[in-house]
Amino acid sequence: MSRGRPYVRPVEPYWWAHPPYLAYTLREVTGVAVAGYALILLAGLIALARGEAHYVAWLNFLKSPWSLVLHIVLLAGLIAHVWTWFRIMPKTMPRLSLGGSIMPQTLISAAGLVLAAVTFITILLLAEWVRP
Amino acid sequence: MKRSPAPIFWLLFGAGGMLAALIGPALLVITGIAAPFAIGISPGFMSFERVAAVAHHPLGKLVLFGIITLFFWHGAERVYLTLRDMHVGGKVALMQLCYGGAAALTMVTVLALVAIGFH
Repeated sequence: MSRGRPYVRPVEPYWWAHPPYLAYTLREVTGVAVAGYALILLAGLIALARGEAHYVAWLNFLKSPWSLVLHIVLLAGLIAHVWTWFRIMPKTMPRLSLGGSIMPQTLISAAGLVLAAVTFITILLLAEWVRP
Repeated sequence: MKRSPAPIFWLLFGAGGMLAALIGPALLVITGIAAPFAIGISPGFMSFERVAAVAHHPLGKLVLFGIITLFFWHGAERVYLTLRDMHVGGKVALMQLCYGGAAALTMVTVLALVAIGFH
């Protein structure tokens, strides 16, 4: 006996390139920015292992306009990551209840974003403080 | 039933994502913009001697290892799930590409940290 063919809803192959899914796609692309920045750090680490001349070459690359453009693009990606990360956090974690009432999602997101701003400023101040 | 390895990758994704959200932008501004172009930070901030001293110390190695590899695993999970949703390829092939790539870069990070040496 034939069971027939199950109905498969047609899916537009480039659904991810159009709103509202485009926002999802852009959020996922921030992961590439995070890994891309790690790749730059790893290149520096390898240069460090190969000796001072290689490390200085890596530093000189960082001083190039290409590197500056690359870092500005990656920074935009990282800032988008921070924003989306804490906007989604209340949806991915168990519900928090304080004093019998459930904490609103916007409050959890706001707390995360404030924490990110505080760590951002603190790290920059620390870098300024430990300057040679 | 066979246990799924998904929670391990999800944990690494979450740890890397939280770390990137809290220290990523500040770290990038320092190493990529402020230090190389001497904006607010002296150019000697990332000198060979200073960075080598950090990378030689076991604690410095641990911090560098944690930051770099967790960022890789975060990106790998995002790319893997997105390519799966885009129906770009089979599950095994995408796992090999994304998780395999992150694992290979983790190995390279370890090798670089070992090659730098210890005090």
